Amino acid sequence: MSAVAAPPAPDPSHPKDTIGAYARRWWTDVRSGELGSLPIVVGLVIIAIVFQSQNDRFLTAGNFVNLLLQTAPYAVIAMGVTFALLLGEIDLSIGFVSGVGGVLTAILLTPDGNELPTFVVFVVVLGAGLAIGTFHGLIITKVGVPSFVVTLAGLLAWNGVVLLLIGSRGTVILQNDFVIGIANDFLAPGVAWILAALCVALYVGVQLNAVRMRRRANLEIDPTAIIVLRVVALAVALAIVVAVANEDRGLPYAALVVGGLFIVLSYMLNRTKFGRHVYAVGGNAEAARRAGINVDNVRIACFALCSLLAVIGGIILASRLRSVDTNTGGGQALLYPIAAAVIGGTSLFGGRGTMKAALLGALVMLSIDNGLGLLGLSSGTKFVLTGAVLLLAVTVDSISRRGRAQSGRA
Amino acid sequence: MIPRGARPGGEPAEEERTQVMSDPILELRGVSKSFGAVQALYQVDFHVAPGEVMSLVGDNGAGKSTLIKCIAGIHPFDEGEVVFEGQPVNIHGPKDSARLGIEVVYQDLALADNLDVVQNMYLGREEMDGLRRLDETAMEARAKETLKGLSVTTIRSVRQLVAGLSGGQRQSVAVAKAVMWNSKVVILDEPTAALGVAQTKQVLDLVARLGEQGLAVILISHNLHDIFQVADGITVLRLGQNVAEFRRKETNQQEVVEAITAGQLSKVPGQQEAMA
Repeated sequence: MSAVAAPPAPDPSHPKDTIGAYARRWWTDVRSGELGSLPIVVGLVIIAIVFQSQNDRFLTAGNFVNLLLQTAPYAVIAMGVTFALLLGEIDLSIGFVSGVGGVLTAILLTPDGNELPTFVVFVVVLGAGLAIGTFHGLIITKVGVPSFVVTLAGLLAWNGVVLLLIGSRGTVILQNDFVIGIANDFLAPGVAWILAALCVALYVGVQLNAVRMRRRANLEIDPTAIIVLRVVALAVALAIVVAVANEDRGLPYAALVVGGLFIVLSYMLNRTKFGRHVYAVGGNAEAARRAGINVDNVRIACFALCSLLAVIGGIILASRLRSVDTNTGGGQALLYPIAAAVIGGTSLFGGRGTMKAALLGALVMLSIDNGLGLLGLSSGTKFVLTGAVLLLAVTVDSISRRGRAQSGRA
Repeated sequence: MIPRGARPGGEPAEEERTQVMSDPILELRGVSKSFGAVQALYQVDFHVAPGEVMSLVGDNGAGKSTLIKCIAGIHPFDEGEVVFEGQPVNIHGPKDSARLGIEVVYQDLALADNLDVVQNMYLGREEMDGLRRLDETAMEARAKETLKGLSVTTIRSVRQLVAGLSGGQRQSVAVAKAVMWNSKVVILDEPTAALGVAQTKQVLDLVARLGEQGLAVILISHNLHDIFQVADGITVLRLGQNVAEFRRKETNQQEVVEAITAGQLSKVPGQQEAMA
């Protein structure tokens, strides 16, 4: 085609972006219902103000580290369930699958003479998570049972497995230093700073590479100021987290696990074929099928990932509590992650959602949980208030969806 | 030159023939298809040449959809011969027809609303870079180039979500997606069915350009007005049979309507010459 030989002049139909134009476009997006992370950030600020005014321990370094530790397991499970939600499906079994993960880890590591090496235990437990999810996925895709029913059955059955594994013991104390260390050991301050710097450097590298590639392909490039702004925003956010955490005990290893998983999973969703296909199946499964995508395999892989991450979350949760009992995986372990993903902006109808949404949503859920705990309210009040916040978040989503529909963005 | 069924109204001009009727790239000879007791297609002849816009018309239930689904490999033909580029071929599934270079743009378009234009155009055939990552820049550049080549100027940004596009823009994306893969035959199923006047014109212009670029286009439509704007040839199906074939420049809407509603069913292949 002759267009290849065109001179590398900027395309006249795409005048060079200025910050003003960029900001105007962003505001148009917001008004037409493309809210992005805006409600979450606003929500976090409101939460901080409200709780700080009620109890001045909320915004302390010690409580911040507690918050990170409380958020970590639910954030991991929420990132997992996002894969199911992206398909427009749901996984109700994540709570007790995480319970199975925690209990299995604790039991296999109990020093009763036939305990396994830590490394082997991790392989077994993560393998069990993958197997559970694959099993769910096979029944959902190959037999055609709705995911709601399959994972509701899973919720009951894996609860039963937790009880069977615990048996008559009632409580199993975690006695492995490595596993306990995940949520109870902290990075040295210097190491935390180096890791934060590496993250920023990685981000800068990715951004610069994108600019270089796009310039070579003669495509329009984001204004430099916007790129700088993004880098600075990330650097400031990471610096605050590290500085505040170092003020107290330091950055917990659990936060490192969450961060690592976040980077890997985001990469998977945004930069690989698999991720693209997940969005396509969630957006229009028939279109995906006609495009030659193996829809069943994508579905199975998503449910497998969902259970795998639930199991990892279960290990972190067990590490934080230093023990597992018959209640492990019940209650919050199911509902908080789903609520977190939804609050973050992941659609229950499929096709819309990110790892960032899961992470920020989990932070909101657990900030509320943490703050209400500091106020010393009864669990009854806590649940009512948490429910109200979830409803509010979904209402914001519904209203913004109406905005999208009106501006033709469905 | 394959002798075609005689057309009421005299011989086509010799010039017209050589211009549009080069050797057909896709030819169906006496194909039939039945679903149980229902004879959906009976002894249908059909052909389309490179650079030709051949429209397929007929009332509801005439067999248009069955014919294109068989060409696309969704259903097998019961009998008859499919000849592609002079070679007899067997189409057993959608992959076979895609390999030959036959692309279908279905009425419901098969676009994912939550993905942008580039992502939709490359869906299922994403380009990867050396590290097995999605090569977004290469895909975006080529998608833009394809749209530009088809003179699709109504799409502001190829990074726009398809959800935000109008019907005509979506149709343009679906067509661009179909022609991007070195396809030789493009089948469009009712491309203007749900569109307004301006958008219909957009899409018809696009169809005409496909023909100009040397693609064979099969256009299915109920709207004779649209067909008379862009088609070179018109094949009329009635109750599963090919009842008439016209060159657009030598016929008029009335003749075509008569064929659609009352075309002689006895005009089965082999008898056409005798009858003329």
